[in-house]
Amino acid sequence: MMLDCALKTEKLNLYYGAFHGLKDVDFCVYRNAITALIGPSGCGKSTLLRCFNRMNDLIDDVKVTGSIFVNDRPIDSIDIIELRKNIGMVFQRPNPFPFSVQDNLLYGLRVHGIPKRQHAEIVERCLKSVDLWDDLKDKRHTSAMNLSEEMKQRLCIARLLTVEPQIILLDEPCSALDPIATLRIEELMIELKKDYTILIVTHNMQQAARVSDHTGFMLLGDLIEFGDTSKIFTAPSDNRTDGYITGRFG
Amino acid sequence: MSPSKAVLKERIIKQILTACAFSSLLFLFLIFAFILVEGLPLFYKVGVKNIVFGMKWAPTKGLFGIFPMIVSSFLVTFGALFIGAPLGLGCAIYLAEYAGRQQKLFLKPALELLAGIPSVVYGFLGVIYIVPFIRQFIGGSGFSLLATSIVLGIMILPTIISISYDALTSVPRSYREGALAMGSTQWQSTSRVVIPAAKSGILASCILGMGRAVGETMAVIMVAGNALKIPTDMLDPLRTLTSNIALELSYASGDHRMGLFSTGVVLLSIIMVLNYLANFVIRRTVIK
Ligand SMILES: Nc1ncnc2c1ncn2[C@@H]1O[C@H](COP(=O)(O)OP(=O)(O)OP(=O)(O)O)[C@@H](O)[C@H]1O
Ligand SMILES: [Mg+2]
Repeated sequence: MMLDCALKTEKLNLYYGAFHGLKDVDFCVYRNAITALIGPSGCGKSTLLRCFNRMNDLIDDVKVTGSIFVNDRPIDSIDIIELRKNIGMVFQRPNPFPFSVQDNLLYGLRVHGIPKRQHAEIVERCLKSVDLWDDLKDKRHTSAMNLSEEMKQRLCIARLLTVEPQIILLDEPCSALDPIATLRIEELMIELKKDYTILIVTHNMQQAARVSDHTGFMLLGDLIEFGDTSKIFTAPSDNRTDGYITGRFG
Repeated sequence: MSPSKAVLKERIIKQILTACAFSSLLFLFLIFAFILVEGLPLFYKVGVKNIVFGMKWAPTKGLFGIFPMIVSSFLVTFGALFIGAPLGLGCAIYLAEYAGRQQKLFLKPALELLAGIPSVVYGFLGVIYIVPFIRQFIGGSGFSLLATSIVLGIMILPTIISISYDALTSVPRSYREGALAMGSTQWQSTSRVVIPAAKSGILASCILGMGRAVGETMAVIMVAGNALKIPTDMLDPLRTLTSNIALELSYASGDHRMGLFSTGVVLLSIIMVLNYLANFVIRRTVIK
């Protein structure tokens, strides 16, 4: 399989007002693989991730220079609705809507005008792909707010799968979960890799080492090093990366 | 061992503050006591049915029917809601979801000002502009259900806007982000996620707006025409419960005066029910 970039940046710079948040970042997220972004708090991991679905647009006073490509198309040439439909995002804190499980899952279908007759089939498929079908098939009309944190996060993943994205961005998706739930979500990610391209931001280096194929290490807005996960974790070429993964700082 | 000076002072301050807090309860109790003491005897004398469902108000002839006024109060309240709720909600949604910092900067103080304008000014503007406009372009004398609804609709805007704005802004940002990140438009995120999530607060704002409309007096007297019958048309004049009290209290005596207090009892009951409803709606979701 040829390695091509589903997401790519070239000389990407981002400014929050006067604060230089991303500095000349050249980055690539390979198709049907899991790419992890690691680095100390405040280094710009979330900022970079949110560039790909243009969530930074919601913040006043953000300036971006350089280029971002999605499937080799410049991001600005893609309709933002299409872009966000194609690139789903999972947040740090599970954020199901305060509706029933079913309505959460139907949200994207309704918004994107997917015909009603397909709904039941899509809901079932998506719940199955996050391993919630057996637990929730009879509880689809109860509020999503009563689920456990892990189930909420799974539901959020299922919710975005309903609109059939190609790429999934996950911003510290396990930081609100306990260790067992974390491992199960990791298994899920590996499962999803077959059909989706995944970019995950994580604070947890073991997690990056366990799930990802490629890893980028960021520091103060710079992408210091980017390469195969095994290489980054065993033989990093930059001693700052080495320092971080061996726990000398960060 | 006697307590130190600081502890003693602390205790006294606490007691004074407690007294302040409970004084509002005392005032409430006193108001209820007065109105009930003055208003209830007539219910015994004439009968609840003859007052609440009586069609004719002629206190000097022993007729104390306030049914037309009850109906009128409800009509103007719903009329006000019909005008004020969409406008107020639209404004609250704009402020909470669409307005930038700049627009908020002048809209919010403007709304506070709107809330602070005395009701007589609203009535005055109603008499000067709305009533003649209706008379000239729509028909009737202009003093009407329509004019009253418009004036009250504007008057309840601040209530509806501020409470539903609070409800909307207390919807967690993560819901909006979740919706937008799935490719919703701003309006889809607002209408399908934020508004449903805030619906109890929005409903409460409407109920409290109704309470404000039921209770409004001055502006209503000025534009309603104050006729003693059930309006059958948007252009008919009417008299509300509040207007009835305000119009006649200055010269009423004896049973007539008691009849006005009975009107007050009914009015108070309506307001209480509305407040209870608003609280119920809010509390139900908080517990959830
Ligand atoms: N809306 C904003 N306005 C101004 N500065 C911001 C904003 N969001 C983030 N920043 C700054 O940009 C830098 C990068 O933030 P970002 O959230 O991308 O970090 P991160 O690597 O995801 O950190 P964490 O691991 O804590 O989530 C931080 O220094 C932060 O203070
Ligand atoms: Mg982050």
